[in-house]
Amino acid sequence: MGQAIAFYALSFFILFFAVLVVTTKDMVHSVLFLVLDFLFVAALYVLLGAQFLAAIQVLVYAGGIVVLYLFVVMLVNLKRPPEAYQDPHRRRNLGLALSAAILLEVGAIATYGYVNPAPALAAAPLVPGISGNTEEVGWLLYTSYLIPFEIASMLLLVAMIGAIVLAKREL
Amino acid sequence: MIDNLVIPLLKIIIVLNATLVGVTYMVLLERKVIAWAQSRLGPMRVGPYGILQPVADAVKLMIKEDITPVRADKWVFTAAPIIAMVPALIVYAVIPFGDTTRLFGREVTLYISDINVGLLYVVSVASVGVYGIILAGYASNSKYPLLASLRASAQLISYEVAVTLTLVSVILVAGSLSMVQIVRAQESAHVWFLFVQPLAFGIFFIGGLAETNRAPFDMPEAEQELTGGFHTEYSGMRFALFFLAEYANMIVVSSVATTLFLGGWLRPFPNVATLSFLDFIPGWTWFLAKSFVFLYVFIWVRATLPRYRYDQLMRLGWKVLIPLAILNLVVTGIVKVLIAL
Repeated sequence: MGQAIAFYALSFFILFFAVLVVTTKDMVHSVLFLVLDFLFVAALYVLLGAQFLAAIQVLVYAGGIVVLYLFVVMLVNLKRPPEAYQDPHRRRNLGLALSAAILLEVGAIATYGYVNPAPALAAAPLVPGISGNTEEVGWLLYTSYLIPFEIASMLLLVAMIGAIVLAKREL
Repeated sequence: MIDNLVIPLLKIIIVLNATLVGVTYMVLLERKVIAWAQSRLGPMRVGPYGILQPVADAVKLMIKEDITPVRADKWVFTAAPIIAMVPALIVYAVIPFGDTTRLFGREVTLYISDINVGLLYVVSVASVGVYGIILAGYASNSKYPLLASLRASAQLISYEVAVTLTLVSVILVAGSLSMVQIVRAQESAHVWFLFVQPLAFGIFFIGGLAETNRAPFDMPEAEQELTGGFHTEYSGMRFALFFLAEYANMIVVSSVATTLFLGGWLRPFPNVATLSFLDFIPGWTWFLAKSFVFLYVFIWVRATLPRYRYDQLMRLGWKVLIPLAILNLVVTGIVKVLIAL
């Protein structure tokens, strides 16, 4: 009962701040609402018992990436150059198509979830012989999900090198 | 009911109040120590030897006029000091001040909570604190605060990397992220991690100075270049919040350093039986004494060292501390594997 109330309250705030992120005119305020949104998502992780993921969410997203967003928003000149003439309906049509696709997707997920209800979360640890949230995540990452994990880290390395090459034309 | 609600609430109230009182007296201590370092007396007027000076300061700051610049971003301007202060305070939730003790016939743990990801919680909450500084500079709509806040955020982000890497090597040695478990690991290893990880300790301490914007890395508030720093436009209680947040962060860094490297609440040489007569001193006294040493060194460093130049600061962070921290981490990992073989 308490969990359900907390879940719906958190979801409400997450959606509320997400809407504010896209509707606020001032870009800095919009980024700040994004931080709040990430913090509430972290709270949702805590509610689901994933403390490690929650701490990482705050550390990486709220404390790291969004700081860089803020830098970009504060430092980049926001005066837009005059745009070339475009079909005024183009954006609206694109938006309609996108929202229709997302609506379909959410509907499909909801129907699927209704037809095959998810099994109740097991109280026993995922990995036998290992207790603790961090240990479980680490164990799974380096056993069952090793290849996706390595691919993701490769991707990050490539992105890092790419950023350095782009930023420094002459090495 | 009592165990789940009343006792944690009492602990929170005690820790928060103790912190705030500690912070105000840190200010006095700093003024006194720096005065002694410069052959002055320091505050002497309010109370004997000036010990009531913090009260006078608090009253002064509260009755001062509270100004918001006309062109400031009002909401962000108001929120920034709060954002700076809150992370500095909620970190205390996971800091273990002592072991389990009996108080009034009840087992009480001398920490608010012991979570599985304690150290990660400290790091992540601290990483949110940088918003207070960036936003203060941005919302003031004034040149020098903006420059100062850009400097500050670049500095905090750079040194966060080195500090977090040293924490990882401590985690490797301790085998846990929980602050309480880290202290227990030092108890069962019979040695403070200061002696196992001296390099990590050094980097953590230098990084701690930079993370709290303390001299010799107090670039964000370099008066000669930036008038007052990121809080130039703030007055009264809002300015005081920034000020208190800085000192609260110093106490946080000292407590984390004590927990990770100096054995937290353990007495010195916890393995030597001949020193067991020291056991009558409660653990939290040791914890406070060790943290106090750190705080004193913070002030001592400020009285001694001149300020770094900004490019020197960045070079030290990226070209010295981060490579050393990575090296330390790799060596720690190799040694740990070799020992386990």
